[in-house]
Amino acid sequence: MQNLALGGLLLAAAVVPLVSDGYWLSIATTAMMYIALSTSWALFSGPTHLIALSTGAFFGIGGYMVGTGMSDYEQSFWTMALIAPLVATALALLVGLATLRLSGVYFVIFTLGLAEMVRNLVSWVQNNFLGSRGLYVLTDFTEAHIYWMLLAVAAVVFLAGSWLNRSRLGFALRIIGNDEEVARHVGINTAWSKVILFMTTGFFAALVGAIVAPRYSYIEPNVVFSPELSFMVVIMALLGGVHRLWGPLVGVIPFTLAWEAITVSFPNSTTLFLGLSFLLIVYLIPHGFTGLFETMLGRMRK
Amino acid sequence: MDILLSGLLLGGTYALMAMGLNLQYGVARIMNLANGEMLVLGGLAAFWLFSAAAISPLLTNVIVAPLAFVGNWLVYRFLLLPLVRRAKTQGQLEVDSILATFGMSFVLVGVMVSIHGEYFTYSFLADPFTLLGKTVALNRLVAFVGACAIGGALYYWLNRTYSGTAVRAVSVSTEAAGLVGINVDRVSALAFAIGGAVTAVGGSLISTFITLDASIGVIFTMKALIILIMGGVGDIRGAIIAALILGLVETAVATVIDPGLTLVAAYAIFLCVLLFRPQGLFGRKTT
Repeated sequence: MQNLALGGLLLAAAVVPLVSDGYWLSIATTAMMYIALSTSWALFSGPTHLIALSTGAFFGIGGYMVGTGMSDYEQSFWTMALIAPLVATALALLVGLATLRLSGVYFVIFTLGLAEMVRNLVSWVQNNFLGSRGLYVLTDFTEAHIYWMLLAVAAVVFLAGSWLNRSRLGFALRIIGNDEEVARHVGINTAWSKVILFMTTGFFAALVGAIVAPRYSYIEPNVVFSPELSFMVVIMALLGGVHRLWGPLVGVIPFTLAWEAITVSFPNSTTLFLGLSFLLIVYLIPHGFTGLFETMLGRMRK
Repeated sequence: MDILLSGLLLGGTYALMAMGLNLQYGVARIMNLANGEMLVLGGLAAFWLFSAAAISPLLTNVIVAPLAFVGNWLVYRFLLLPLVRRAKTQGQLEVDSILATFGMSFVLVGVMVSIHGEYFTYSFLADPFTLLGKTVALNRLVAFVGACAIGGALYYWLNRTYSGTAVRAVSVSTEAAGLVGINVDRVSALAFAIGGAVTAVGGSLISTFITLDASIGVIFTMKALIILIMGGVGDIRGAIIAALILGLVETAVATVIDPGLTLVAAYAIFLCVLLFRPQGLFGRKTT
């Protein structure tokens, strides 16, 4: 029954490009991108309570590598879309090994400037060694193709998430999130469990970045390594609630629509609204929409 | 030699903002990610008063410091204290305060962009000055002297006065401090407010020789955090040395390799600290 409902939902999501016009398809594609990003973000940050701000960096690696591979090295989109996530996973491994063995604050701080740092490094390498040519991503993909690819990634993220929730690793992570001391005492390798999950997040973020790259056509480090993206992903996931697999999904859809309205009506105050959404979540809905629903359900049952 | 001198001068001002953050995180236990915005706000005030009324940025500090003190005190009392009370564990407080101060930093950036969206460009004391046979800009030297004076005052206050001792006690243990009759909430609010005021003053000093803009705060937050971790949380002496190291390395990288790589250099230092001395330069290993 449940599987049938999920299958129906997937089918409904898959026919969106067939029934909507260009404007709504573009919003749906953006939403699908954020669904994949936020859900994979929550796989790691949900149970561990570590706010990872590295999405922008991994996403940028995905987009940039597709750009540079196709423009400078004549590789196909598919080759690059395969290599980029592996590079991001390797970076996540390094970042994770350096920071996740220590206290969580170090991790948050390290990821905070990561996108900006990688962008500076990439711009420097590009200007000094590769020659600063523009990177064009020219493919035959239409918006609908990108949407379907993102939908496939999102579906894989959900599958991975539901497998994780039932696996030993997921259980270990929940214990780590509740009390790391206890986790260590029952014999969980806390650092490695966190690093593996963080690598998964990095992998998916870069994959999404690679898939979305054809949307930009012209890739510039300043565009793809956007720190704002990291914050958007965090807000959407927290708004929905990260203690359920489908939580981020509940946050992404209303937020994407609201954000669309905000950027159209107040293009100069987006940062202000981003800040207000953060404050709103912390002070009024700390457990997200799913937390809110669950409290209401609990009250009704009483 | 040029690198050494300008690196040390830059490090002096970095030390000021790191001291501010040190008080806020070490004592009040708030990982304040809006610290950089407080710095930029100080810079904006200096720029604004200088261009509108030709008031010297040094004089501006007389207004900036009390304003920042009151502002930060109110923020702690009404926005952050509820989070401290709500949090069941230190980890929970960390997550909440990180998210809340992110929100504040974005709100501040939004407000500052609407006040002045362009670079805060003005020229104050941009005259050459000869020091140890080398020429440095006078504004850098003045900022450094200002930073030293404030740092010295802060050091004296923390180590030699009664209220400073209470602040250090809270930084060691909130519970024990409460047991010996220290009003932890009040001391924390005081430390948070002073931290904010020190950062804002640092901002108006920095703005005399670095061109700021409304959205640059996060870079300074990042640097202050790296200094804080390198020097060790709650260690003023460590923060000063770490700030000088960061100033030196950044200046060296900017002159020898490329000015676009200063953040990369900061990250390289950060990585070394995390790998080899995660407890800070002078910190002892925790068991």
